[in-house]
Parts: sequence; structure tokens; C-alpha cells
Amino acid sequence: MKGMYAVYRKEMGHYFVSPVAYIIVAVFLVLAAYFFNQLLRVIVQQAFEAGLEDQFGGAPIDVPSAVMRNFFGVISTLLLFLTPMLTMSVYSEERRRGTMELLMTSPVTDLGIVLGKFFASFTLLAIMLLPTAIGFAYMLHYSEPTAPWTVLGSDYLGVLLLGATLLALGSFFSSVTESTLIAAILSFGAILLLWVVDFGGNAGSGAWAQGVQYLSVFRHYDDFTHGVIDTSNVIFYLSFIVLGIFLTVRSVDSMRWRRA
Amino acid sequence: MIEVKDLTKSFGERTAVDHVSFVVNKGEILGFLGPNGAGKTTTMRILTGFLPATSGSAQVAGFDVFNDSLEVRKRIGYLPENPPLYLDMTVAAYLDFVARIKNVPAEKRRASVDDAMVKTNLQDKRYELIKRLSRGYKQRVGLAQALVHDPEVIILDEPTVGLDPKQIIEVRHLIKGLAGSHTIILSTHILPEVSMTCDRVVIINRGRIAAIDTPANLTTQLKGGQHVSVEVAADQNAVCAAIRELPGVRKVTSEPAGNGRVAALVEVSPGQEIRSQLAAKIVGKGWPLYELRGVNLSLEEIFLELTTDEESENASKSPN
Repeated sequence: MKGMYAVYRKEMGHYFVSPVAYIIVAVFLVLAAYFFNQLLRVIVQQAFEAGLEDQFGGAPIDVPSAVMRNFFGVISTLLLFLTPMLTMSVYSEERRRGTMELLMTSPVTDLGIVLGKFFASFTLLAIMLLPTAIGFAYMLHYSEPTAPWTVLGSDYLGVLLLGATLLALGSFFSSVTESTLIAAILSFGAILLLWVVDFGGNAGSGAWAQGVQYLSVFRHYDDFTHGVIDTSNVIFYLSFIVLGIFLTVRSVDSMRWRRA
Repeated sequence: MIEVKDLTKSFGERTAVDHVSFVVNKGEILGFLGPNGAGKTTTMRILTGFLPATSGSAQVAGFDVFNDSLEVRKRIGYLPENPPLYLDMTVAAYLDFVARIKNVPAEKRRASVDDAMVKTNLQDKRYELIKRLSRGYKQRVGLAQALVHDPEVIILDEPTVGLDPKQIIEVRHLIKGLAGSHTIILSTHILPEVSMTCDRVVIINRGRIAAIDTPANLTTQLKGGQHVSVEVAADQNAVCAAIRELPGVRKVTSEPAGNGRVAALVEVSPGQEIRSQLAAKIVGKGWPLYELRGVNLSLEEIFLELTTDEESENASKSPN
């Protein structure tokens, strides 16, 4: 437990001592702010037009909900690109520098090492997402009639679960190689694959297609953006995270059996 | 303190460590001597719990390195061949991290870090980034890392590599100073290092132990009548011819030593003692004898003897 915390602290320090974390967070926030701004403008415009039509019998638009749904859809795409960058060096760098040997000969279990690193990357993800809440706080505060705060809560829960899943996956790919670049490519490829199986699944039908569809990490995310917290989705993500952590622990353990 | 029994480690076809057994007593410094690829690092990695052994057992402070790995790891400070440094950290932050991960209690952490820095002479580099340090300082940070939690057992893989002569002497002093309160294993392929710092030496070659003894015993063990140096005032060829007549003489090399004297080095078959016969012969010829003494083989020569013999035997199979 103590060892895990030591690893966590070290990882956090590492993120913020190097420029990596600042750059990733900055790029994310610039993009997120741009999308938020555009979505808000476009949707308010649409709502205004719809409002005009409403006098002739059209349906009104719920601006805050529409903005949130679209925004969190965009965020999931951004995570697809950015999470591999958060995790790519987590193990590969330690393997290359030989510091993995220090961790693995310290009184900390392999699981402690893996969890310490996972929680650190998850904390960075949360720090990265936090400022986006400012825009929503403004939007919800000034919206008439009272806006659904609970939807925002489910949005954030969804994005954190999705992010954590991608981080667990990325950590695993980082642990199988000494090259940061290979780790990034592998995790990006794997995440992309988990995204597009959804399309493949749509094309077919039957049990196979359904099974494949079910694996799509992004399909389970949709419900959250509609303000629906379905426990089956939560469990899907949690089991994916546990699987990723389990595989990473096995991979770390296998370093002991490999010819060094 | 450390008990290794029949330890074997194979990587696929290749046996890196082959039925190695030895014991290290508390407070002792044991030197691991061997050519590169002899199995020193592998043995150390097994002891630190980094690698599991294929067969055999190893105990550190009464705990099995495989079954009680965490207990063993608490008690070991380990400096791998390449110091495991986080280059983006300052020296102080790095040592603080190591102290944390080695379970040093919070109230002692600061003092432990300071202590390790004093021992390794790093005080003025406290807030320096590790990546800005020279090779020698990096090695010292690595050493400080192995000491920071005041472990019972310290395992150092080539601790003086990359240091300048002055630093090497400092590190050797440091290691000697740690003995007594700590049990130390260090590996090296630099021979004088072993005779200067270690209480006992394990000579390891191709995964097998070639010899275990104190440096002094290893030197005398092979001394016997192996080499005899004589200085005689006589004709060089006559002296050489006379010495060659003696039984057990393998080889005679000689050179003029000035003042009409000849210095000869006589190589004798093991177990043969020719010094008295040699003296009698020289005196019998009426030559003035200036010097006659047995020459101790240096560790270097013993090392070569022990390791090259085997090498020629197994010349057919070549690993690495």
C-alpha cells in the first residue's frame, strides 16, 4: 500500500516535472474549449431558428442537453487520441532506463506498481477534464428553464470510465515494449479497433455481430451522454479496466521470466 | 546471512548459473569475481528477487528469496549494473522516492536521505537534476539509493564502473566502512578491487564456482613452489642450464640484472619444492647467490589460471 502510494507520487511528479503533461492538457483544453464554443454557438443558433419555426408548429430544442450530448461525443474522440500519449511511456521508459529493476526489487508487489501508475494516469485524466466543467457551470447556471445537472454528472462519469478503460489498455501496451513509440502505436491501434468494431457490428447481424458490437468501448458510452447511468455499462467499463490491470500485472511479472 | 544452495538459472538452452552454492556471514564483504557473462549479475538478480531461479534455493536473512520475496526485498539494497535513475528528478527527490518505496517510516525519511547523501558525498548536489550529473556522480546516486533504507544486505553490481581513480578509492573506503553493520556482496571484474575490499572471494566462470576463499588464501593456495625468483652473479646461459637440470622445472626465463648478475624466474610444476635444491646447486657451483624467493601469484594470474583452463576445455561450446 505504502509502495503503491510511493509509485503514485513518483508518477505524478514525473508527469508535472516534464513538459509532457502540460502539453497534453493544454492541447486537450484548447480543442475542448474550441468545440464547446462552436457547439454552443451553432446549437443556440439552431434553437433560435427552431424557436421561430415553433410558432408554426416545430419542436423546441433543449440547448443545454444538446450541447452536452454533442460535446461529450467530441470528448470521447479526443480521448482516443490523447490517452495513448498519457500512458505510452509509463512502463516502456522504465524498462529502457532500467528503473523497472529498482521498482521490482523494492518491497512493493507488482499489483502495487501497476495500480500506483494507473491511478496516477487517471488523476491526470481527471485534472485534464476538470476545467471543462467551468463552461458547463456557466451554461447551466444561465439556462432557462432550470437545466439538468444530473445529465452533466452522468456525462462526466461516462467520460471518466471510458478514459480509465483506455488508460488501462494503454498501460498494458506500454508494458510490453521498451519503445515509447511502439507503445503509442499499439495502444492507438487497439483503441481505434475497439471503436470501429462498432461499425463492423452494425453491418452484420446475429450473435456474432452483436458480440462484436458489445465490445465497442464507445457504444457503451452513448447512454451516459443521454443522462442514463445503466449499471451494465458501468460494469462493462469496470471489467475492461480490471482486465487491463490484470494483463499489465501479468506482463510486469513476465519481465522476471524473460532473459534480461 | 545469505545462504545459496545449488542455485541454477537457465535461459532456454543456456545455463547462466550452474549449481552455485555459497554462504555469506553477517558483516562480511563477499566479492564476486569473473569475466563478463560469467553469471555474476544473474546470481545477484536472483538474490534481490528480480529473477526467479530455475532450481536450488537462496535465503537472505532467513527468508527465501522466492517465497518471501517482499521480506527479502525490504532487507536488501541493490545497485544494478546500470544505476536505476530517474533523470528528471533531483537527487533529493529521487532518494526520497526510494526511501518511500523501501518503506522508510515518514519521520525517519529526511534523516535517511541526508545520511545516504553524506555517505556518498552528494550533499552539494542535493537539488541538482540527475540528468545534469556526470557519470561518476550518477554512480554515487545509485550507490546512495542502495543505502538509503539502511538495509542489512547490500548487493552492488560493479559499483566502481565509470568512476575516476579518486572516486574509486572513495567508494572502496565507503564499502569497507559499511562492512560489519551490513553484509555486502559486490561483483567486479577488476581484480585489485577484490583484494582491497573483500573478506572472501567467489571466482565464478561460465556459471560455475571456480574457487571460494579469502584473497590471501587464494594467493597462497596456488603459490607453493610455483614460481621462484633467483639472482646469481654468473654467466646467464650457465645459470639457466644449471637450473634446468633440476627436477620439476618447467620453464626458466632470465635477464641480466647488472653488476654481472642474472635474474631468473623459474616456473615449477605444482607441488614441487625446489628452493633448497636450487640453493645447494648454485652454492655448489661456487656462484654468489644474491636472492632466492618464492613469488606469490597475483590474483590476476590466479584468475586467469582458473578461468582460462576451463575455457580451453569447453572451447567447443560458446555461449553469448
